[in-house]
Amino acid sequence: MSKHTLSVLVENTPGILARIAALFSRRGFNIDSLAVGVTEHPDISRITIVVNVEDLPLEQVTKQLNKLVNVLKIVELEPGQAVARELVLVKVRADNETRSQIVEIVQLFRAKTVDVSPEAVTIEATGSSDKLEAMLKMLEPFGIKELVQSGTIAIGRGSRSITDRSLRALDRSA
Amino acid sequence: MTEQATGAHPQPRPRSSGQQQTAPVEHVTGAQSLIRSLEEVGAEVVFGIPGGTIMPAYDPLMDSTKVRHVLVRHEQGAGHAATGYAQATGKVGVCMATSGPGATNLVTAIADAHMDSVPIVAITGQVNSKNIGTDAFQEADIVGITMPITKHNFLVTKAEDIAPTIAEAFHIASTGRPGPVLVDITKDAQQAQTTFSWPPQTDLPGYRPVTKPHAKQIREAAKLITQAKRPILYVGGGVLKAHATAELKVLAELTQAPVTTTLMALGAFPDSHPLHVGMPGMHGAVTAVTALQKADLIVALGARFDDRVTGKLDSFAPYAKVVHADIDPAEIGKNRAADVPIVGDAREVIADLIQAIQAEHTEGNTGDYSAWWEDLNRWRKTYPLSYDQPEDGSLAPQQVIERIGKLAPKDTIFAAGVGQHQMWAAHFIDYEQPATWLNSGGAGTMGYAVPAAMGAKAGQPTRTVWAIDGDGCFQMTNQELVTCALNNIPIKVAIINNGALGMVRQWQNLFYDGRYSNTVLHGDKTNHSPGSQVGESEAPRKGTRVPDFVKLSEAMGCVALRCEDPAELDAVIQKANEINDRPVVIDFIVHEDAQVWPMVAAGTSNDEVMAARDVRPDFGDGADD
Repeated sequence: MSKHTLSVLVENTPGILARIAALFSRRGFNIDSLAVGVTEHPDISRITIVVNVEDLPLEQVTKQLNKLVNVLKIVELEPGQAVARELVLVKVRADNETRSQIVEIVQLFRAKTVDVSPEAVTIEATGSSDKLEAMLKMLEPFGIKELVQSGTIAIGRGSRSITDRSLRALDRSA
Repeated sequence: MTEQATGAHPQPRPRSSGQQQTAPVEHVTGAQSLIRSLEEVGAEVVFGIPGGTIMPAYDPLMDSTKVRHVLVRHEQGAGHAATGYAQATGKVGVCMATSGPGATNLVTAIADAHMDSVPIVAITGQVNSKNIGTDAFQEADIVGITMPITKHNFLVTKAEDIAPTIAEAFHIASTGRPGPVLVDITKDAQQAQTTFSWPPQTDLPGYRPVTKPHAKQIREAAKLITQAKRPILYVGGGVLKAHATAELKVLAELTQAPVTTTLMALGAFPDSHPLHVGMPGMHGAVTAVTALQKADLIVALGARFDDRVTGKLDSFAPYAKVVHADIDPAEIGKNRAADVPIVGDAREVIADLIQAIQAEHTEGNTGDYSAWWEDLNRWRKTYPLSYDQPEDGSLAPQQVIERIGKLAPKDTIFAAGVGQHQMWAAHFIDYEQPATWLNSGGAGTMGYAVPAAMGAKAGQPTRTVWAIDGDGCFQMTNQELVTCALNNIPIKVAIINNGALGMVRQWQNLFYDGRYSNTVLHGDKTNHSPGSQVGESEAPRKGTRVPDFVKLSEAMGCVALRCEDPAELDAVIQKANEINDRPVVIDFIVHEDAQVWPMVAAGTSNDEVMAARDVRPDFGDGADD
């Protein structure tokens, strides 16, 4: 099994997320992470899906996704040629003794302290999942009170845009 | 993760702008727009039942002179009728229902059409858009429910979206790999005022089926075909859907390769053709099953390597290279890896293959399959399809079906239910033309036959339509005979009445020590468990005869006949064939322990095909492998 990051461009229509998520579950594929948002074109949303599958099932899931009428395009982003980021917000137990140590870890990981109270510090961090995992490991001994994470979003390196051709398809039909 | 995560509610793109310059604009209600759209796309027949939320559509439907509505007795019947209509005519079938239970009653038929890639459009009413999500009366999220069993579906909440959505629905249903499309229309959208012009502006940027095959792959396939020693053309329902049967005949005769047609493809290649080696699969002909197992090249055309065809997948066709042509890229490599994948419409694929093979022939590369045909002919001669006559003088179900086939007028369409009678109808009727065999292949929907036959007859009123049904199936959907009787749709129904759920009974006989748990349909209430039985009963085929199918059918407005004696068989069938003003039902009382053979037991390898009970064919294994 290996992780694959799929960027799925979809028409920004009601129910599209349900269509995508249901397809994964009924075909027996597990989603590691999923993030969705509009693109520079308001009619197009981009769904970033991280799946953990072998190559053959990946081909099958891509083909099945392509059959969804509202799906415009699917691109697999290779780790070496793409930038992938996640966001975490984490509330860590802190008192006068530990607060400075926590802040030091925050600086080491180029994260941000976004809220401070007498018993806790809330930290915002972005990065690759490896980096965030490492940071959370360092924070764990202090006591993690609450953790929230976003799905991975990713974009290819270089000047090419994967939305270009899909936009042209949209323009033609409009 | 919810869609609110986008930061803004997604809005469907407005469509109101694109009026055609030339088309006149009519001021109509949404409901009128729906009926006008159905007229424009050429929907001739709609099968349905009205109810609260679809009532606005039924009002203008009453006045339409182009669209005939057939009032069915159950929405499942409407769905299967649409499927039967589509399979018999090649056009898109249409069914209509109200919201909630009306819509959910369509679900089985939609799932069935989805598994067999049949183009139908289901139109359902939905509660007012403001009431969606409030658990309103007769509200069901039918778009959510049918998402996994439709090719696509739509929720329409605005009157101006109705016409473009209907146009899109028919386009999606009938192009690419066909399939069911559901259009759910809120009652307020049907009632609101809008304008109508045709054709409307459609908007499907993500839907681009590939129909033209890649030339390089075609050349590669042609090369493999001429180099092979033991090739076989494995033909699926896609060839019928693509109307590629004429091309298939040319291809087969050009290559002289054997042809096997799946359950979904019967009629795609004439059964009587010398190159036809029968149906493959769990109950396939020994020659067809074995030909696939021993082949060195399988050319799959519009077929999907279904488990019923392959048996245990990892031992299926171990020596074969695979050329796999399908219009759906997701089918290629799904179950069996393809050496030459070809995405395209079967008709274009076969037409291109013919040219490429002719080119190979011109260069002197012709295949030599003479040794292969020696094997095939030997198997055909040794293991033909056959059946035994019951020793007690009762009717053999296979013989009933065989005689119906032989006595049927030219161009008769046959629709089968699901079970033993379906397999016998596949085996013992000869299908010589496309669209003469309708059945529920992928989903295996019991109760398919009567409503599908009704749909076929509505679409092909001049042709004879026989439903070959079991007594179990018949009791699921026979109410549509009322529809047939009242709407001048004179189908013929053969109930192959063995008093049991025969296919399950066969498995219980073979794999459950003759413990017939709940497969006895004619059970007696004096029995502790009327539906069950252990071992053979003393008077097996008598039973209670409840229900009396003759009385039941007569009550529904049909002519009803019964046949129990082989000597009367032909006369009864002929009598039914002569009645064309009303539906006819024949209750054939047949022996209950007849079994379907050949058989590959579920989960075993196709190498283990049994020609008959305890008869394992001898292929001289090892000698020619």
